[in-house]
This record gives sequence, C-alpha cells and structure tokens, in this order.
Amino acid sequence: MIELSDVHKSFGKVEVLKGITASVQKGEVVCIIGPSGSGKSTILRCINGLESYDRGEISVEGLKVDRDAPSIVNIRTQVSMVFQRFNLFPHRTALENVVEGPLYVKKEPRAQALERGRALLAQVGLAEKADAHPPQLSGGQQQRVAIARALAMQPKAILFDEPTSALDPELVGDVLGVMRKLADDGMTMVVVTHEMGFARDVADRVLFIDGGVIVEQGPAKSVLNQPQHVRTQDFLRRVLHPL
Amino acid sequence: MKGFWHDAVEFFPILMNGVALTIIVTIGSLLLSTVLGLIWAMMRVSGIKALSMLSASLINVIRGIPIIVLLFYLYFVMPDLGVTLSALQAAILGLGIAYSAYQAENFRAGIEAIDKGQIEAAQSIGMGWWLTMRRVVLPQAVRIVLPPYGNVMIMMLKDSSQASTITVAELALQGKLIASSTFKNTSVFTLVAVMYLTMSIPLILLVRHFEKRAGKR
Repeated sequence: MIELSDVHKSFGKVEVLKGITASVQKGEVVCIIGPSGSGKSTILRCINGLESYDRGEISVEGLKVDRDAPSIVNIRTQVSMVFQRFNLFPHRTALENVVEGPLYVKKEPRAQALERGRALLAQVGLAEKADAHPPQLSGGQQQRVAIARALAMQPKAILFDEPTSALDPELVGDVLGVMRKLADDGMTMVVVTHEMGFARDVADRVLFIDGGVIVEQGPAKSVLNQPQHVRTQDFLRRVLHPL
Repeated sequence: MKGFWHDAVEFFPILMNGVALTIIVTIGSLLLSTVLGLIWAMMRVSGIKALSMLSASLINVIRGIPIIVLLFYLYFVMPDLGVTLSALQAAILGLGIAYSAYQAENFRAGIEAIDKGQIEAAQSIGMGWWLTMRRVVLPQAVRIVLPPYGNVMIMMLKDSSQASTITVAELALQGKLIASSTFKNTSVFTLVAVMYLTMSIPLILLVRHFEKRAGKR
C-alpha cells in the first residue's frame, strides 16, 4: 500500500535518507526504531508530503507522492498523521478539532460529521471532553484527540511520529492502548517510536534505521529479541538497559 | 479661565464639524490600510517568490515616503496625470496606503508567530494554503495582532491631522482657521488637544483590553 524505493533526502549538505527501500502492506503495523537523528521522522514526513525528497520514489496505493502536485491532497486524506507534539488547533474544541477535516476538506454534512466526531471521541475514551479546548486537556488526552482527528478522515493508513515521546510516563499507556486497539481492528500503521514494548507486542514488522539507511528489518519479535546486526544490538542494549 | 469656557461654548460646534471629518478620515483610512495590509501580508507569506518580493518592495517604498509627501502627490500631482481626487478622497487614500505598510508588517509578524506544527497539522488533514490560512492560521494570528492593531488605530487618529495639509477641514485645520481669525490661540488649541485626547482614550482602553486578552493564552 505504501512503497518507498531508493528514497534520498538531504537537508542542505546533510544527507538524512540514503536510499530507503521499504513497503507497508494493507493492515500491517510497522514500527520504525533507531537513534535520534537517524531519519525516522523524515521518512514519515516524506510519505505524506510534509517534506519533499530528492531522489527515488514514494507511492501510496500506486499514486506517486509529490508535495507540489494537486494529488497530494488526495494522498493526505488517505494517510493521516499523528504528531509528537499533538498539534491540535488550540482555538477549537476537541470535537471541532476532530470534525475540521471532514467538514472543510471532505465537505461532509454537518450533522453527520458531528455525530461521527462524537463517536470517535468516545472510541478514544474522551466522550465527555468534546467541548474542552486543547489547553484544558492533559498531554495524553490531547494526543488521543489527535488520533480521533486522524481517524475522522477515514484514512487507509495512519503515520505516528513518536506519539508518546512528549507525554508524562503515566499517560503513555492510555495512548498506546488506543493505538493497540486500532492495530487490532486492522488499521494500517507506521509508527516511529521508542516504546520497544509496544513494538514487540503490536508491530508485525520492525525497521531499524541508523544513519539514513535501513540496517535491519524483519518480524518484530526476531528483530527485537535476536537482532542480527551489531548496530541493532548496540542500540537495543542502550535503549533497554540505559544504566 | 472664564474666558476659556466662554470661547469653548462658542467654538465647540465648529470644532465638532472638524471632529466629524477626523473620524471619517480615520475610519476610512483604517479600513483601507487593513485591507491593503492584509493583501501585502498574504503576498509576503504566500511562498511564491515573485509575490513576496513585490510585496516587500512595495512596503519599503511606502515606508520610505513621508505621509505628507504621499498626500501632496495624490492631491496635487495626480490631477496632472488625469486623476482628480477630492481632498477627502486623497486624504483617506494617502493615509490608507501609508499605514498599509505598518499593518502588513504587523499582520506578517502575527502569521509567522503561529507554530509550524499548526500548519503541518492542517496540511496533514488535506487542507490547502487558503483553507489553512482561513481556518487555522488567521484565527490564531488575530489574538497576537490585535494589541499592535489598536496602537495603529491611535496613531491614525492623530495622523489624520495631516489631512489638513491638503485642505481637509478636520479638527486640526478647523482649529487653525478659528485661531487665525480670532487670535484666541490658547483657548482654541487647548480645546483641540482635549478633543483629540477624548477620542484617543476609548482606543487606549481598547488596546489595554486586547493586551489582557492576548496575555491570557
């Protein structure tokens, strides 16, 4: 469903992606792990055209991703994104955040969008917060609203960019719980994360990225439990046993 | 002092005619400068190089010319080019254009103060440039822009007196006319000053209200 083939990307003189080739099948949950600065987030941002890429090709359902082409709107409505820092619209309520895309991008009828918006907030456990503004919500609640906002577009896939990295530790579980449920329901997900437990339990496949290349990939359990490459072993040792 | 009150009662009605024109010039040029300022600011942040450079040069040209020269140009030079404006039209147009440069820079600062993540979130749900502006950026920028906007209103009220240089009989010119025919300079100009101050005070309070509201978030 999502195909990357030999994708290169530089910021100025720094080459952050040095030929990424990967694919994500429908219904698959793929976790991308790796040290910071390795290019993990850049891959996600290239998939939905928030960032351009210099070489290679990315396609979503056969449609080439080109952030300067009109088709990018089509791709973005099919591939939603959840950000590390939530990026909710602070001047709108939780419910308004969720229905913004359906109402103004997809032009759904108001009553229908609101009804579905409330159902989505209920699905992420925030039915009673529909009228709250983002600054009144905790980080975990904000991120769950952001997930509901992504779901409201009825996407074929969701990209998660370190969705729990900005959260207090005790709030991480709520967000991961919602994501696990989504995975169980068959949503196609690409998750950049440092939550190795989540990757092990929920992901079908794990990509380990370092220095702009995919160093190792495979079924989650084998990559995380028996990493073959020395850089993967080293990274996992430092993440799992920081002391 | 008794003389002052006597003069005040006598001159007040004539000066009120000036006040009416002052208000018309201020509101007219405020509206014009707001619309033009928004257009310049949108061009500036459009991401289209030609538009952004055009707007930047326009702003610099406008900023580099004194208001009074702009007014003279519109009122005295334009007729030579076949465009005749009434003094009032020239005043509103001149002040509106002159202030559009400051408005544009103010609006641009407000727009650029919005977190980039907001724009990315809007894009990620498929919003285009204009929808992102209208639904996400501008509503948030308004809060930031309002306090300086209030200051511009106060400055415009006072600078509307420059319209007197092209014969618009607003408050300052009315005062000058009365003073030169009655020689009661003290009474007249005290009165004129108090009338400007009276009009400014509500605006000053409005700015304070905007500042408090902007500080809340």
